[in-house]
Amino acid sequence: MRETAYTVSELSAELKGALESAVGQVWIKGEVSGLKAYQSGHWYFTLRDADAQLRCVMWQTYTRRVKEPPAEGTEVYVLGRPSLWAERGELRLSVVTMLPTSGVGFQQLALEKTRAALDKDGLFALERKRALPPFPRAIAVVTSLEGAALRDIVAVARGRWPAVRLLIIPAKVQGDEAGGELLAALTLVNRLDVDLCLVGRGGGSREDLSAFNLEPVCRAVAAVKVPTVSAVGHETDISLTDLVADARAPTPSAAVVMVLPDRADVARHVGALGGRLAHGLTRRTRVIAERLVRSGDRLQGATMRLVVQRRHDVGRLAGQLELLSPLKLLGRGYSVATLDTGKLVRSKDQVPAGTRFTLRVADGEVPSRAEER
Amino acid sequence: MTPDSRSPTPDSLSTELRRLEEIVHQLEGEDADLDRALALFEEGVTRLKAARLRLAEAEAKVQRVLEDAAGTLSLVDFDV
Repeated sequence: MRETAYTVSELSAELKGALESAVGQVWIKGEVSGLKAYQSGHWYFTLRDADAQLRCVMWQTYTRRVKEPPAEGTEVYVLGRPSLWAERGELRLSVVTMLPTSGVGFQQLALEKTRAALDKDGLFALERKRALPPFPRAIAVVTSLEGAALRDIVAVARGRWPAVRLLIIPAKVQGDEAGGELLAALTLVNRLDVDLCLVGRGGGSREDLSAFNLEPVCRAVAAVKVPTVSAVGHETDISLTDLVADARAPTPSAAVVMVLPDRADVARHVGALGGRLAHGLTRRTRVIAERLVRSGDRLQGATMRLVVQRRHDVGRLAGQLELLSPLKLLGRGYSVATLDTGKLVRSKDQVPAGTRFTLRVADGEVPSRAEER
Repeated sequence: MTPDSRSPTPDSLSTELRRLEEIVHQLEGEDADLDRALALFEEGVTRLKAARLRLAEAEAKVQRVLEDAAGTLSLVDFDV
């Protein structure tokens, strides 16, 4: 025994420490009584059974996941941590999860416990989510070699974005070994030079999907160095890896659509940029010519020669552009004249009267001959 | 050893497109230096060709990652 007297604060602090380290976070079953839900979102209530009661508090961060306050007398499971509220000299339970006892199995309890542990470490935080690369070149795919998921992933990828490389890291996705194999495969991703990691499987029973709710697997997803996409089961299934990954897709096929651009869309965009490029230059030269005329510059002769020279350059470059199909310069009414030698006609001096040449227009060629001038 | 899993093209399509958008934006802007405009245009044509080439690239490659007992990784082509 201590020789000197404790102060109240000292003893309270010591009791608080002893209580917290002795018990920690635990599941407790009891009936809710006298619940008061404050405007702030915090709930205060008592949890009781026939012989005892505990004061409880559940902060807004946690209450928002419970749809609405349980009615008086409802039997619930709560996950919480007992502590001492020194200012009031009260024992109090800080609750982080509340589930009705009716219809909740042990598996659900384990799931909620894992969820709470991951949440506590901030693994669901939105600030953690990384943006997906717009044009991934190499994607690590963690899934089973047997399932339909892999076939779907490859088929959709080939249809959308052929310039991608898929690196398959096989892992069992259900059964006792699934957890260990998924963990190993996800760890291996960090040794590959990839832009993105896709992890998932096709639909199945709740039991089939349970490996994607295992804490080590979720932590391995969080530890992948490149952005991650989780796609487990069908639309309605949500696994904990979905919450930890940077993005969640409803199915493996949808994940591919999410991460890979559609080649046709990008081709249209490139075509539009080509058009704007040509138009931008044309407009620019016109603006400059107009300025020169307006300014009535005495050096007009020399300057205009320069502009003509530049226009000639533009013509040459436009000739290059014409080879790029989206521009369709010919289709807009331009034509190109070539001599029999294959040389482009760039000057009237190249075609004295009588010279034969070929005029290329959008839909074909016109044999032509220069007239007397 | 980390196997090289990148595509052989050094410049990625996203860089190519970003630069192309910059060029178009500058050409469409008000600055009236003709030499600069021509240089931009010429670069734009080159980038455009590169982007179209990348779009036309061969079929998606699918490979399986294998790890041997010593922990060395290798990639083998994989038929689905």
